[in-house]
Amino acid sequence: MARTLINVPPNAKRGQVVEIKTLISHVMETGYRRNESGVAIPRDIINLFVCTYNGIEIFRADLHQAIAANPFITFFTVATESGTLQFQWTDDNGRVETASAKITVE
Amino acid sequence: MTDESESYITRRAVLTGVAAFGATPLVVRRAGATPETMKAAIHRVIGESPVSKGKVTLDIPPLVENGNTIAMSVSVDSPMTETNYVKAIHVFNEKNPQPDIISVHLGPRAGKAAFSTRIRLADSQNVVAIAEFSDGSLWSDTVEVIVTIAACLEYN
Repeated sequence: MARTLINVPPNAKRGQVVEIKTLISHVMETGYRRNESGVAIPRDIINLFVCTYNGIEIFRADLHQAIAANPFITFFTVATESGTLQFQWTDDNGRVETASAKITVE
Repeated sequence: MTDESESYITRRAVLTGVAAFGATPLVVRRAGATPETMKAAIHRVIGESPVSKGKVTLDIPPLVENGNTIAMSVSVDSPMTETNYVKAIHVFNEKNPQPDIISVHLGPRAGKAAFSTRIRLADSQNVVAIAEFSDGSLWSDTVEVIVTIAACLEYN
């Protein structure tokens, strides 16, 4: 569905708070615009973003039409253990995009 | 002759009337969120509990040229421990077609109660961020944003 870009520090000290940056390419069509012939363009936005850390949900966002195209979200997490961060975006048409990143915790 | 000029006046009167009627919808504001619908949206999301000012910092430029992409970040003053943390942060607007912007859900594992994203604003308006703490208390911050090029209303 879309291209994603994730930035997670590859290494962290145990207990360190790390910043996670995520970007996905998506039109985030509000449903309020019309095309040249005056026909309303149907709404198509990413409405849910979830991040899990070794299977446990650490961050979830409900997005609305007021989020700009190509949603960019940054947030924080405590580096608890080495493992995988999974990212999942779901849009109005039920399409799901996933991405993952590894983190090593010393 | 007299009949003709009378009919001309009549036609002009009719045309003026039609023009005025046709123009009326242009001054009617586009239906969208209002401060009242924002309050309703806030009540729908967090209930009727009282919201105090403080603890939340909503960082958004006060003057924005392009309403289609506005960097926004929210941070909340919280120790983020197992017993005292921020459960959720909700952001609302007054004048977009819809009052909701984003709701994020986090927990003690976040370490820091903060996030940032990019938003759209259709008009100059107030943006409100509300943080829900683990003890049920609610804290907020409001920022007035002036937008020169509005989002949402552009055509392809």
